[in-house]
Amino acid sequence: MSLDKDQVQHIAMLARLRLADDEFAETVDKLSRIVDFVDQLSQADTDDVVPMAHPLDAVQRLRADRVTEFNERDPIQENAPAVENGLYLVPKVIE
Amino acid sequence: MAEGLHLQTLTQLAAGLERGEFSSLELTEALLGRIESLGPSLNAFITVTAERALAAARRADAARAAGAAGALNGLPIVHKDIFCTKGVLTTCGSRMLENFVSPYDATIVERLDAAGAVVLGKTNMDEFAMGSSNETSYFGPVRNPWDLERSPGGSSGGSATTVAARLVPAATATDTGGSIRQPAALTGTIGLKPTYGRVSRHGMIAFASSLDQAGVITRSTADAALLLGVMAGFDERDSTCLDYPVPDYKGALSESVKGLRIGIVRQHFDAGLDEQCAAAVREALAVLEGQGAVLTEVDLPNLDLSVPTYYVVAPAECSSNLSRFDGVRFGHRAADPEDLLDLYCRSRGEGFGAEVKRRIMTGTYVLSAGYYDAYYLKAQKVRQLIAEDFKTAFADVDVIAGPTSPTPAFKLGDKTDDPITMYLNDIYTIGANLAGLPGISTPCGFVDGLPVGLHLVGPHFGEETVLRCAYQFEQQTDWHEACPEAYR
Repeated sequence: MSLDKDQVQHIAMLARLRLADDEFAETVDKLSRIVDFVDQLSQADTDDVVPMAHPLDAVQRLRADRVTEFNERDPIQENAPAVENGLYLVPKVIE
Repeated sequence: MAEGLHLQTLTQLAAGLERGEFSSLELTEALLGRIESLGPSLNAFITVTAERALAAARRADAARAAGAAGALNGLPIVHKDIFCTKGVLTTCGSRMLENFVSPYDATIVERLDAAGAVVLGKTNMDEFAMGSSNETSYFGPVRNPWDLERSPGGSSGGSATTVAARLVPAATATDTGGSIRQPAALTGTIGLKPTYGRVSRHGMIAFASSLDQAGVITRSTADAALLLGVMAGFDERDSTCLDYPVPDYKGALSESVKGLRIGIVRQHFDAGLDEQCAAAVREALAVLEGQGAVLTEVDLPNLDLSVPTYYVVAPAECSSNLSRFDGVRFGHRAADPEDLLDLYCRSRGEGFGAEVKRRIMTGTYVLSAGYYDAYYLKAQKVRQLIAEDFKTAFADVDVIAGPTSPTPAFKLGDKTDDPITMYLNDIYTIGANLAGLPGISTPCGFVDGLPVGLHLVGPHFGEETVLRCAYQFEQQTDWHEACPEAYR
């Protein structure tokens, strides 16, 4: 196993994922197999190779700084699990 | 009304509509009837938009009567459920978006609507397009119309199946590592993935942003050219969409392949490729040679590293892209969270399926402190080597040809235990995504009654060349016309 339970627990926390107990063992096993598989990249000789930034070497396009979007808060919030007066509701974060 | 409309291609249907042999309303009703009777056993649809389709068909018929018919006036299509459709459920195959009704249309949805297309529904897919068998969908696997016990491939398995089963002549789809071309090969349809940046991705739910591209699945190359002509082109709402002229794709088809230099990749025929598939692909290449194409061998020395490279880059990007699903603004929210952290962790833990969680965690790991250089940076360097291999090859050839997939359609459940076995399905297709190249899969034979695909890859913006090559091959063969018996 290239990854142990503590590492997987840590990764899950970084990714903000709660895994059910029965999912956890399988995740340790399969994630380890994936990491072992991608480890073969370390054998490639990449000295002096510039990492790819864009497949067509395109650069980021800029646009004029002007207002192009209008306020669509209400239709967008129709998909929100909990809103009140146009605000998203979450559990209390400040005591 | 004409019989057998379901067997016709978009191009044939367009001619029939133009001649007034049938109306778009009649056509739409006929296909909706097939979807209702044959659709459930294939599980290819997540949503059927019958009422909206009938209204769109009536509008198209009225536009034609008024002399204002668009390029796709009254022609039926379906969208992969990864494309946002205003006022219609857009799930991306996930529990996370089970109830998500998009407040806006994707650019390609808008463009196809504006050309007069009639959208019959939204197709099933691997969850967030992460899968090669359609088995990761929250809504259950799609079944292959050539054998219901087998997978149609993925992630655009629903799109490929609806087209193969003659429920609809064409479907939109997306391709991050082979998700258009592999299901096209496994269902005997034509799948086109354009150059990175050719088609707008605004409103296409993101998986891996340096790889994702929108395309189509059809039953004729002319149809793929027709749809690409409508979908392609600059869109200021997608910062990765390139401002490059859109040629006349249909017009480019008729030129012969005489003198066209086709590169055969030595490594493609190594171990791992089913022998009968190899034979079918070699026969297809002989057909093109007979038409005057010149076959030469080319080398892609880093081909073996394409799958591991992809499984660093794609998960890394997916872990960033999918961080937006937090249970606050849209998507699934866990009941009775203890605090904000619990809300995030349980909403995501419950909303995502196992494969999506594995990829988010792989991506989180390769981007985490202490591992970034060893994995992500290393992968982007190897990716550069792979892209350079293609560049070198395209100095000598116009098209690179080979198999689309190592085997024909496999049985549902056969590859779900080992993620690596599943990932290796895309060994021949992933390179085009890593290098941003256009590719097409076209039917080229059968192995034990299951379709085999020929894969053609072109240089950047070489869509006309791969389309022309596939079209000319199609003129000599009738593999693309083969229809699974129960769906004739």
